[in-house]
Amino acid sequence: MRTWVPRETTTRFYLTVMLLLCLVPVATTWSGQGFYLDLATRILILAIAAVSLNLILGYGGMISLGHAAFVGIGAYSVGIFSYYEIHNGLVHLGGAVAGSVLFALVTGMVCLRTRGVYFIMITLAFAQMLYFVFVSLEEYGADDGLLIYQRSDFGALLDIENAVVLYYTALAVLAGCIGLVHRIVNARFGRVIVGIRHNEQRMRALGYDTYRYKLTCYVISGAMAGVSGFLLGNFTNFISPEMMDWTHSGELIFMIVLGGTGVLFAPVTGALAFLLLEESLSSITVYWHLIFGLILIAVVLFGRGGLHGILLRLLSRGKSGRC
Amino acid sequence: MDWHLLIAQLLNGLQLGLLLFLLASGLTLIFGIMDFINLSHGSFYMLGAFVCATLVEVTGSFLAAVVMAVIVVFLAGALVERFIARRIYRHDHLDHVLVTFGLILVFDTLAHLVWGSAGAAIALPGMLNGRVEVAGFVMPTYRIVIIFAGLAVAAGLSLLVTRSRLGMLIRAGASDRGMVTALGVNIDRLYLVVFAIGAAMAGLAGMLIAPITEASIGMGNEIIIVAFVVVIVGGIGSIRGAFYSAILIGFIDTLGRSYLDDLLGLFLSNQASETAAPALSAMMIYILMAGILAFRPRGLFPPAGANR
Repeated sequence: MRTWVPRETTTRFYLTVMLLLCLVPVATTWSGQGFYLDLATRILILAIAAVSLNLILGYGGMISLGHAAFVGIGAYSVGIFSYYEIHNGLVHLGGAVAGSVLFALVTGMVCLRTRGVYFIMITLAFAQMLYFVFVSLEEYGADDGLLIYQRSDFGALLDIENAVVLYYTALAVLAGCIGLVHRIVNARFGRVIVGIRHNEQRMRALGYDTYRYKLTCYVISGAMAGVSGFLLGNFTNFISPEMMDWTHSGELIFMIVLGGTGVLFAPVTGALAFLLLEESLSSITVYWHLIFGLILIAVVLFGRGGLHGILLRLLSRGKSGRC
Repeated sequence: MDWHLLIAQLLNGLQLGLLLFLLASGLTLIFGIMDFINLSHGSFYMLGAFVCATLVEVTGSFLAAVVMAVIVVFLAGALVERFIARRIYRHDHLDHVLVTFGLILVFDTLAHLVWGSAGAAIALPGMLNGRVEVAGFVMPTYRIVIIFAGLAVAAGLSLLVTRSRLGMLIRAGASDRGMVTALGVNIDRLYLVVFAIGAAMAGLAGMLIAPITEASIGMGNEIIIVAFVVVIVGGIGSIRGAFYSAILIGFIDTLGRSYLDDLLGLFLSNQASETAAPALSAMMIYILMAGILAFRPRGLFPPAGANR
């Protein structure tokens, strides 16, 4: 029999992970392994996108296969403003948030009228639409994308040209997003969202305008993903339509499921596991996608609950042993 | 206006529409009957193209290669259904998305392992490689072949669905799955056949296009999105809807790409229309989809009695 594991125990584990993430730059600077700092920054940025997706997917039950579009919008905001030699970071960030809010609002109004299979395919279709739009925009480099020569400028206070500063910025944003999602899902608004996932009809019968709740949630999630795109553009110093490709949306979903769907910190461990796996497998063989695909299938068929599930099993085994 | 160009573009639109129909008809049945999201449907499209390319090399005959490749892809579809898809029909859609996404990775990498990263071209027999003149228009023979093959398959499928016992079960399954099971139909076998037929048709689409574009890794991953749009616009589970919306989207996409800048030129400055046209034509089919969903949330032809 599995013993019940109190949530505080798992939260303590995840907070330890977050604390360890704080030490990464110290370790990489000390050992002189700059590459690992880059990898860790990448993990954090993708974790932000996954946290935002987890809000609508894990808590709201809205399976969006177009989340990479928001990341792309955020990145293009940096790229396009820089292209016109506007380097003010607040403008970049504002553009990223405004652009993704607008896209979420317009596409959400169409997507959220539908459910199930339709919803998945329509989010996918809209993301692909944006991909093709940017592919056809010759002005902004079309297929080849744009190079960003100067990162967003936040004055002397926050110099993100410095890799360590960028890392801590991403970490702070990640912590902020997790905090925000935590607040949302424990507020009345979030309870309604979770209620809608369980039974939308019942929530409507209780008098909630479920469409507006879902749309608001969708827009918040889109804005957060836009911020992660803003960071990604700054991090890679390069943007291209490829960032919006739907396979990246699929990867974000994989990160969430790998971590454990609907668990607050799961996207972080999911992104961590995903990128470390990718990094190590791709260094072994060029055919690493095969192993990756098989792992993905195996996680769904056999590994219920992802890493969070494994954690729960380990903790409960430890406990029942002691009893 | 150049009428020759217009006719040529209309034929291109028809050709694209028919290819989309071959892909979308299988998808729509799999969605409609099994309520299963198959992102990896495009992999069968790719598989068809590669297998056909190899068989053309081996047998030397395009026709024989197509026939054999269709059988191979049918079997591949049956295997995927039997060992993977069947296990997760009852799971939620998220699991479908993940598993079929994993399958795409697996198929793409297997193609990379077997056929290399360069892709494979298919040489057409001389007979199909020429041009024919129809009523003063010169057209590549092979495009005509694609159009006729597409129409023939569409007609055959329509006969199968409306006239045969299997088709009756398929229609019944699309409108009320529970009732079909309750009436004692071997639902597992029905699912297997539907999945494999769908895969075979996607494979056929890949084989037909490969002599023009050549077989390449990931070739299915882009067109499959358009096929999704076709399925949504047509109404999930409806073969007839898939046919009309595939043709419609084929025309709109092709004509949009070739005439939109002229059309915009009537209202905008030359330069503005040249910048806006490619972006807008890339968006057209999605705007169409959004427009249709705003008025008919379940597509143009939702199957009667479908309650999902």
